[in-house]
This record gives sequence, structure tokens and C-alpha cells, in this order.
Amino acid sequence: MQTRTLETGVGLFILAGMLALLLLALRVSGLTVSTNGDTYKLYAYFDNIAGLTVRAKVTMAGVAIGKVTAIDLDRNSYTGRVTMELEKRVDNLPTDSTAAILTAGLLGEKYVGISVGGEEEVLKNGDSIQDTQSALVLEDLIGKFLMNSVNKDKEE
Amino acid sequence: MHKRSLLEQVGLLGRAAIDVVEAMGRSALFLLHAMFGRGGAGSGFQLLVKQTHSIGVLSLPIIVVSGLFIGMVLALQGYNILVSYGSEQAVGQLVALTLLRELGPVVTGLLFAGRAGSALTAEIGNMKSTEQLSSLETIGVDPLKYIIAPRLWAGFLSMPLLAAIFNVVGIWGAAMVAVDWLGVYEGSFWASMQSSVDLHDDVINGAIKSIVFAFVVTWIAVFQGYDCEPTSEGIGRATTRTVVYASLAVLGLDFILTALMFGDN
Repeated sequence: MQTRTLETGVGLFILAGMLALLLLALRVSGLTVSTNGDTYKLYAYFDNIAGLTVRAKVTMAGVAIGKVTAIDLDRNSYTGRVTMELEKRVDNLPTDSTAAILTAGLLGEKYVGISVGGEEEVLKNGDSIQDTQSALVLEDLIGKFLMNSVNKDKEE
Repeated sequence: MHKRSLLEQVGLLGRAAIDVVEAMGRSALFLLHAMFGRGGAGSGFQLLVKQTHSIGVLSLPIIVVSGLFIGMVLALQGYNILVSYGSEQAVGQLVALTLLRELGPVVTGLLFAGRAGSALTAEIGNMKSTEQLSSLETIGVDPLKYIIAPRLWAGFLSMPLLAAIFNVVGIWGAAMVAVDWLGVYEGSFWASMQSSVDLHDDVINGAIKSIVFAFVVTWIAVFQGYDCEPTSEGIGRATTRTVVYASLAVLGLDFILTALMFGDN
């Protein structure tokens, strides 16, 4: 009887440990068993991706509908190519939809926001979004502002 | 008191160095023999279950309570700092990364050295002083296989599981403080955690750390017990050495492992 309780205790301990590892993997690291059938791929070309990272979310009207899966440089156009995986439930995006790189809050992470267009044809797996708006780069803005004020001083 | 000449002092230094190297060699041979030596113990599984109970299951209370309070205090401190930047939802990310990468494996290692390591050393040292180990040898049972091996394997098995439980309880405690008490929005608490924690980089690297710590702490504990002077004073000294060496080894190895795992980003 003594051995029985001992064995049960050890068994429960090992189960608790395994369960903890599973919880860490699923709940904390957000690992989801994704099946390829539920998503489709779209590309978007940006002049400047400025801090967008892989795993960043793709939203439409503030609702997350997919994620960024790869970022690389397009050799021909010298622009950043962002590969996005969108959920199949939003497979009715018009071809003239636009994609913009936005920032969550003042210090938050970068994400891609999609705004719908008015065309009747829809984007299919492997298509790319033509109309894009690059990330706002603060350094550029400040640079332009400074140049403007220098030019104004010269004119006066 | 007799004053030692310089040459004698140099000699003493050499003697100490040789002693250290010799002890390390002995402990390595001891480990190899216990883990991979010939002849399996007859009822090995029963011995392993018994040791896993006394090393793993009985360490659960201290691990759970420490994990809970460390998670809670991390959430409280993190919230107080982050709220002044208006990004208090990032407390989930802060707590999860701190626990998974550092505090989970390290604090579990230190507590394990104090709770299970010292008990192992004292138990084995006591067996040695009452000549139980040599009597086993007399009746033809290898004490390394019968006494040491199950304790080593039980330690290796228990500590990574204890570290995982520590992390989960800590994150749960943090969620309780941040979400229920301080009013962080639950959705963004978990979302900020999930978007920043990576399964391979954080969860698995943390688990690797705890496996390495388990190995080192258990090894030091059983070797100190087996190698101690068989007197009550000797056992006391060996137990102290176990806690000191194991804690220092955990902290030192943690730096090396962190540099290897997270140093390049």
C-alpha cells in the first residue's frame, strides 16, 4: 500500500510537470497548430519596412486577420517584400486594397494594416498588393523639418 | 606559531591544486561508473520511483510557493514601472520572459540545491559513516548502482519538471496580480506574452538550462555525500559544501549558458 501511494505521487508529479511544459508551449508561447489549408499568402512591397518584424500581426479595421511570415529584399525593385499569411475567412479582399505599416501606440510594435478598395475582383493566393504606404520614419520627418527651417532662414 | 618559508607556501599551493584536480577526476570517474557502469540494479525502477518521490515530489511545496510569490512580485514591480509609460499590458511579456529565461531555471536550481541537494549529501554521508555502503559491497552489491545511480537519475528527471511547474505557477501568480488586482486588460496581457515569447528561443532554451543545472547540482550533491569524511562533523561540512558549490555552479553556468544562448541578439 505504501509503494502504491508513492507511485501515484510520482506519477502525478510527472504528469504535472508534463502539463506545465505543454501549457508553456501552448498558452505562453502562443504556439498554434496551423494548417496550411486555413490561410493564404499575399505579398506587399514597401519602400521602407522600418522595424516591421516576422510574426507581426496583419489587421483590417483593427481586427487581426493574419501575420507576417517573411520579410526580404526584392532584387529588382530594391523594395522590401513582406509575405503575409491571411486567414481564409477573409478571402474577399478587392485587388485595389492598400497595405500600410502602422505603429501600435507611441512605443508599440509595428504591424500591417489593410484598407479595402472598391474593385470587384479579389486577391488570390500568391497575389501582391500594389498600393502600399511605408512606415513612418521619425528620423526622415525630423530631417525634412530641419531642412525646411534652414531653407526658410536662407530666404529671409 | 611556526612561520612558513616562501618555498613551503608555494608547495602548499601546489598541493591544494593537485587536490582539486584529483577530486574532479574522482568525481568524473564516479559519475561515469554510477551512470553507465556494468550490471543493472535488479529492481531499478522501484528505486527510481522512491528517489523521485523524495527528491521531486517532496520539493514541490517550496517550488510552488516560491514560484507563486516571485511571479506576483515581478508583476507588481513591473506594473509600477510600466504604468508610468502607459504600457502596463507589457507586464505579461516582462514576467514571462524573466521567468522562462532566467528566474525559472536559476531559482529552481538554487532551491533544489538547498532542499534536495543537501538532503542527498546528508543521507549518503550518513550511510557512509554507518558503514552501510561498505556492507553492501561485502554482500556483493555495487553501492554506486544501488544507492547512487537511482538518486542521480531521479535528480535529472525531477528538476526540469520542477522548473516547468515553477514557471507556470509564477505566470499564473503574475496574471492574478496584474489582471485581477491591478486591472490590466486580460486580452492584451496574454497577447503581449504570446507575441514576444518564442517556443524555441525562450521555452526550450530555459528547459535546456534547467537540465544542465539538474545534472550539475545532483552530481555535486551525491559526490559530496559519497566522498565525505565519515564523521558527524564531516557530514555537516559536506552538506555545507554541497549547497555552496552547487549554488555557485548554478550561477556561474547560468552566465555561460545565457551568453551562448542569448548573447548574439
